[in-house]
Amino acid sequence: MKQLFSFIRKEFYHVFRDKRTLLILFGLPVVQIVLFGFALSSEVKNIGITVFDNAHDNNSEQIINKIKASPYFLFKAPVKNYADIEEQFKEGSIKCALIFPVNFAQELARSGRAQVQIIADGADPNTATILVNYLTAIIADYQQQLNPTARLNYQIIPEVRQLYNEEQNGSLNFIPGVIALIFMIVCTALTSVSIVKEKELGTMEILLVSPFKPIMVLIAKAVPYLILSIINFIIILLLSVFLLHVQIRGSLPLLFAESILFIITCLSLGLLISNVTNSQQTAMLISMMGMMLPTLLFTGFMFPLENMPKIFQFISYIVPSRYYYIIIKAVMLKGLDFSYVWKETLILTGMSLFLLTVALKNFKTRLQ
Amino acid sequence: MKVLSFILQKEFRQIFRDKTILAMMFAVPTFQLIILPLAANFEVKNVNVAFVDYDRSTYSQELLNKIASSGYFRIVGNTISYTDALEMIEKNEADIILEIPNGFERNLVREGSQKVNMAVDAINGTKSAIGGGYLMAVLADFNSSLDVNIKSPKSSTIATAPRIDVTYSVWYNPLEEYKYYMVPGILVLLLTLIGGFITALNIVREKEIGTIEQINVSPIKKWQFILGKLIPFWIVGIIVFTIGLTVMYVVYGIFPKGSIPVLYLFAGIYLIALLGFGLLISTFSNSQLQAMFVAFFFMMVFMLMSGFFTSVDSMPAWARQISNLTPVTHFITVVRLIVLKGSGFAQVKMEFLYLVIFALLLNGAAIFNYRKTS
Repeated sequence: MKQLFSFIRKEFYHVFRDKRTLLILFGLPVVQIVLFGFALSSEVKNIGITVFDNAHDNNSEQIINKIKASPYFLFKAPVKNYADIEEQFKEGSIKCALIFPVNFAQELARSGRAQVQIIADGADPNTATILVNYLTAIIADYQQQLNPTARLNYQIIPEVRQLYNEEQNGSLNFIPGVIALIFMIVCTALTSVSIVKEKELGTMEILLVSPFKPIMVLIAKAVPYLILSIINFIIILLLSVFLLHVQIRGSLPLLFAESILFIITCLSLGLLISNVTNSQQTAMLISMMGMMLPTLLFTGFMFPLENMPKIFQFISYIVPSRYYYIIIKAVMLKGLDFSYVWKETLILTGMSLFLLTVALKNFKTRLQ
Repeated sequence: MKVLSFILQKEFRQIFRDKTILAMMFAVPTFQLIILPLAANFEVKNVNVAFVDYDRSTYSQELLNKIASSGYFRIVGNTISYTDALEMIEKNEADIILEIPNGFERNLVREGSQKVNMAVDAINGTKSAIGGGYLMAVLADFNSSLDVNIKSPKSSTIATAPRIDVTYSVWYNPLEEYKYYMVPGILVLLLTLIGGFITALNIVREKEIGTIEQINVSPIKKWQFILGKLIPFWIVGIIVFTIGLTVMYVVYGIFPKGSIPVLYLFAGIYLIALLGFGLLISTFSNSQLQAMFVAFFFMMVFMLMSGFFTSVDSMPAWARQISNLTPVTHFITVVRLIVLKGSGFAQVKMEFLYLVIFALLLNGAAIFNYRKTS
């Protein structure tokens, strides 16, 4: 036991000596959380719009004013002809255009029906759909305003409730994803260099001739990163709560327990990489470049898994962060208890045990 | 000039000697460009609706059929209670609950209006916005058909109310397929990763191996050294870009609508800026590990801020400023504009100016920061 403690102390010295790596360990998560939380959001707003108003009458002016007042749109100077709309699309300054026909008001007054046309930039399909929805709603609202007494004789009025996210925080979806991503990359990358570094420096020989057991070496290597990662997790949680105003709905102890489990999974993966590689660079390449893409792709927070080809969905089942993402979303954002996430927990536990065993098996006690 | 050609010869030999680097530069991006767009599909389809029907009347059944036949929704349960439906949302089996209260049909016919409850899982903003929007549209449609169906003495008022019909068309991507949006973006991203990482590692490697000292004591000038590093990787980048465009056409059938020379002009300038950035990182770092970490960090920020995933317009003002200060943003914008919309040089000249400034600044800083004495 005493041996283990002194070994862990040695590992801590290693970690604290390397200021740049420490900076990565704590700096990267903070920057990512802030970026994701503030800058990235699935909301659509401030979108450039232009109007090609052939009518120039009261009605069209009023609709234009309504659009100008909407926070979703950024009104660009109206265009004078059809070709200018295309020009603006090509400059990238607008994403949609609204066209009023000549005699818009007359048509509306005389025949009671008038048409407007929306042109949306389909390059980004979801944004296009949302923009058309916004504009249609604004126009429908105006129509209602025109004639407040006229309404459908029979109508179903939907009362919409936004579950788990009343204030429609557009970045909510990203936060659990980023936490999973950070652990997956940072924990794995840092531990993956830890053993291979000793191999490179030649200090591995000293370790091997000591009476220290391989399992002890693995534990001692993992403990400092486990502790640092837990501190990291606390920082991320504090940032999410106080800076990004994310409400933690579920039980905090459960959240911690699940996170520690996931950290252990990542550390085991890192140890395994460290055991099978021979240079820091290879270890880094595998753990950062190699892990980055599958994690980003298959966790499910950025790219919707259900739209992927079957083979990809299948691959996603072996990516640990996928399960952690489900767990943390359920516990943190939806406030569910353990009975909803036991399956994922079991899978993560199994993965950790498997990875640790393989890592231990691959720990070479002889030099080549 | 002669000195430069010798340095170039050396660099090319080093590149071609290392087979892993070669594979990383050419095979990996090609592979990724083929695979990634398959995964990056943000289309919202098959929104799962839990239909909770406490009324069980003709109208509620009609509404259910209308929703089911609209094509956007999958009804995942309709004999259940609200609690069961909420449970389905908690388990991620449903996205939206539509609750039809008891007395729905009676109230609708007698009083002319009836409220229904709609609860949306709002954690995923895009899905809830689009799914909720679709469902509202189906309801609105159902409302207007109700008037025709229920005979009513006061139904004459509706005909006189003015009505604005909204038609819409979606340009540049009428089928609203995601590949048109993602493939050009991914191409830029891969070029960025290659250009940024490989150059960042390059000078540091000379430092680690110690060969940089030999160069330092030689009469090679700073600019010759930097240029000698830039030109080979610039050529590699252009080749990767060409392969990328070919993959884009052959695999995804996307052919640039705009001028290809203009596209290459931008790619050329962008690569210079990017390589300058990689070199700058390498002059700051002492080990490949450090260089990799720093490059990784910046690439991450660049990638997230560039508008590749989420629209730059929706960011807060300060984030838009940061986004403007990263070369990737401008290049992604330009590539999407030229490839999808066929924009000409005149329409994107501002972006060109930005990229030129980046190229000058970054390379200037790299030359300035490279010291021949240690």
